[in-house]
Amino acid sequence: MSAVADRLYRNRRIKNGIALVLSALSAAFGLFWLVWILWTTLLHGIAAMKPSLFTQMTPPPGADGGIANALFGSLLMSALAILIGTPIGIAAGTYLAEFAKKKAIGETIRFVNDILLSAPSIVLGLFVYTLVVRTTGHFSGFAGALALALIVLPVVVRTTDEMLQLVPSTMREAALSLGVPQWKVTVQVLYRSALPGIMTGVLLALARISGETAPLLFTALNNQYWTSDLTAPMASMPVVIFQYAMSPYESWQSLAWAGAFVVTLFVLLIGILSRAILLRTKVTHD
Amino acid sequence: MAASGSAITTSMTTAIVDANRRNTRDARADGAFRWLVTAAGMFVLVALAGVALSMLWGGREAFSTFGFNFLFSTEWDAVHHQFGALVPIYGTLVTALIAMLIAVPVSFGIALFLTEVAPNWLRGPVAAAIELLAGIPSIIYGMWGLFVFVPIMAAYVNPWLDSHLGHWPLLGPLFTGPPLGIGMLTAGIVLAIMVIPFVSSVMREVFLTVPTRLRESAYALGSTTTEVVWDIVLPYTRSAVIGGIFLGLGRALGETMAVTFVLGNAHRLSASLLEPGNSIAATIANEFTEADSDIYRSSLIALGFLLFVVTFIVLTVAKLMLRRLSRHEGAK
Amino acid sequence: MTDAHCSIASGAVPSAAVAATASLRPKMAARNLDFFYNDFQALKNINFNIAEKRVTALIGPSGCGKSTLLRVFNRIYLIYPKQEAKGEVLLDGENILDPRFPLNRLRSKVGMVFQKPVPFPMSIYDNIAYGIRHYEKLPKSEMDARVEQALIQGALWGEVKDKLKQSALGLSGGQQQRLCIARAIALKPDVLLLDEPTSALDPLATGKIEQLISELKKEFTIAIVTHNMQQAARVSDWTGFFWLNEQRSGILAEFGETQQMFTSPRDRRTEDYITGRFG
Repeated sequence: MSAVADRLYRNRRIKNGIALVLSALSAAFGLFWLVWILWTTLLHGIAAMKPSLFTQMTPPPGADGGIANALFGSLLMSALAILIGTPIGIAAGTYLAEFAKKKAIGETIRFVNDILLSAPSIVLGLFVYTLVVRTTGHFSGFAGALALALIVLPVVVRTTDEMLQLVPSTMREAALSLGVPQWKVTVQVLYRSALPGIMTGVLLALARISGETAPLLFTALNNQYWTSDLTAPMASMPVVIFQYAMSPYESWQSLAWAGAFVVTLFVLLIGILSRAILLRTKVTHD
Repeated sequence: MAASGSAITTSMTTAIVDANRRNTRDARADGAFRWLVTAAGMFVLVALAGVALSMLWGGREAFSTFGFNFLFSTEWDAVHHQFGALVPIYGTLVTALIAMLIAVPVSFGIALFLTEVAPNWLRGPVAAAIELLAGIPSIIYGMWGLFVFVPIMAAYVNPWLDSHLGHWPLLGPLFTGPPLGIGMLTAGIVLAIMVIPFVSSVMREVFLTVPTRLRESAYALGSTTTEVVWDIVLPYTRSAVIGGIFLGLGRALGETMAVTFVLGNAHRLSASLLEPGNSIAATIANEFTEADSDIYRSSLIALGFLLFVVTFIVLTVAKLMLRRLSRHEGAK
Repeated sequence: MTDAHCSIASGAVPSAAVAATASLRPKMAARNLDFFYNDFQALKNINFNIAEKRVTALIGPSGCGKSTLLRVFNRIYLIYPKQEAKGEVLLDGENILDPRFPLNRLRSKVGMVFQKPVPFPMSIYDNIAYGIRHYEKLPKSEMDARVEQALIQGALWGEVKDKLKQSALGLSGGQQQRLCIARAIALKPDVLLLDEPTSALDPLATGKIEQLISELKKEFTIAIVTHNMQQAARVSDWTGFFWLNEQRSGILAEFGETQQMFTSPRDRRTEDYITGRFG
């Protein structure tokens, strides 16, 4: 009797041990690739770093140069995308959390927003192409910003919605019981309470669009020169990286690595920053 | 006395009139606010509808010219204006399938490791690291694939597969081919590496929703970790795990940059995974700005529409599966 | 038991409740008040007066509609769909349930403090000034004076006067609740509704709030919902005892002077409830 139990127990332990080892191995396996990719980017990126990167324009084939115009274009389009996407996203998230909480229309919008959130970004690029590039007749930085705004929008909608729902309903009641109208309560009290979360959402959206390539390929296109004209084609980091990495010229490839390094660093920093914001507010709330 | 009385009444009436006026103003402002945010909410609906309709509209020429043949033809001839989507569709599905075959078990293992196996002090940092890495732009994966992984595939993996598996019955044709390094297998693996952080993050969150008391009572009965996972965690989260897998699948299907670098842009249908191929997203990314005729451009947009429809279905399944868990949670 | 129930249904006790306070000036009053959540009737035929500058306690078992009643008195229930009040609630003789009665006038006259303290995520000063700013445009010096006065009345001034610019979230639970009371009285209301204001606080903080309530009734009319019998006995002048009828709707079973209620209740359920709680 006890021998049987012992054997059963030992078998279970062995099975368990194998499973645990497999799970730890898969974790190591997953991390291995990621570390490798980061390491490669770091190595090639640092090797390609030089001050002229940030002062010179993207060069013609084979020549030497920098990525100043692409950096500027990316910053400009990302900023514009955030400026367009954030207010609409916050407003739509407010609608979901404050006015359509348990309504069918709210559930529909939430569902559609989640689809938009995970929709292939190249498809959004095609949409803006037909909407803007086709109708205006030329590629433009504005079209690129619009495509990026479509990526920002669902991220901000979702975080705003979630964060506002986390604000206790007593907060609304307490503010409304002072006779303050709902719009003021929402803007002055609820937003303030949800601010760290919404900011994290905006930062996450910024991180996402700063590396997005596909939606820019046929909206902002590319530009070899510095331009701040939003109606003209505009260079961006991801598109330049794509074009230069696929090229046969070594100087271009090295520029692509430098660009990849800068973008990765930026994305990781934003990720850490947004985590820090969330962490800090969690501490003060306790 | 009478004078002061009337003064009080006047001031009181003014106060009431003031209050009424403020009330009307507040009500109007509230109405405007409500209208504004409702419009923004509707905008989300309009945006998605716009995406779908604009591509249907942009692709109408291709659909009407080629009809159903568009879906089943392998021809992609820009010179003679003949376009069929089968090769990119096939490439999209195959690369995504390879990616999921690798990513699902690995992500599952990682999620388990982070919720049940790893010592507590390790869980937070590793989870945070994986989530951070999930945010790395896909173009970085693509570049790494092209410059680091493709040479390795070409030098070691492809020749090995070709000589060892190439002559097998059934499976053999999948693994015969020139040692180019680029191709569907490479693209699938790069895709897998890209979706692993994402899928494992979702799965980890799903596993964390299992109530501690369920878990603890199983451990209290003497169950091993594996048994707890198999008998408690998985049954509790099954649909949400599938939902997470479908979310990852949606990503893999729609991903552009990670595959464009390593797929080879070849419009030829081939059984071998070692041969260059194409995917919908990569075709659009590579050729859209070069499309020199309306029917060419329309065909590419039609491809985009197909991709949108497929991902829409996959994501819908994912959402429905994930929702089951939240309902489950709400019910308890 | 059945008799008592019948007498309530016929309205005998409620009219007695009205009669009991008739000698005092009623600041607020409920007349034939019914309240519905969807189709469920949560309050049935409530009639009583809230005497001016007195403390009226509403007691009774959980779920019998005391808090709901309080939420009708400044129409905060309006923010949730499918909640409906029928009948009349009078404020100085005017029916506040009339949709034409301006909501912000009502809410500036009838302030409310909730179960859990809810400081707004802003400075202590701004918490108090927030409501005032909506009604009056005051120069800085006057606003400072108003904030100080409200904090003094809320018995918080001494503890916070040196950190007015700090976040209100840093205050202790008891301080936060006094801040919420100060925030409500900063609007100079006539009536204060307190919905179990001490249920989330420790005994020491509770004592301070009770002391504050006795202080405040010199200037304000107060209605307080509480589950704490001793508290009702200590702070209130009048007490309404709520009970559930057979349809699980809340009814006002007895209303009278607190002292009389706690020493010689007329209704047996009141007696059971009070003595049960007193032990």
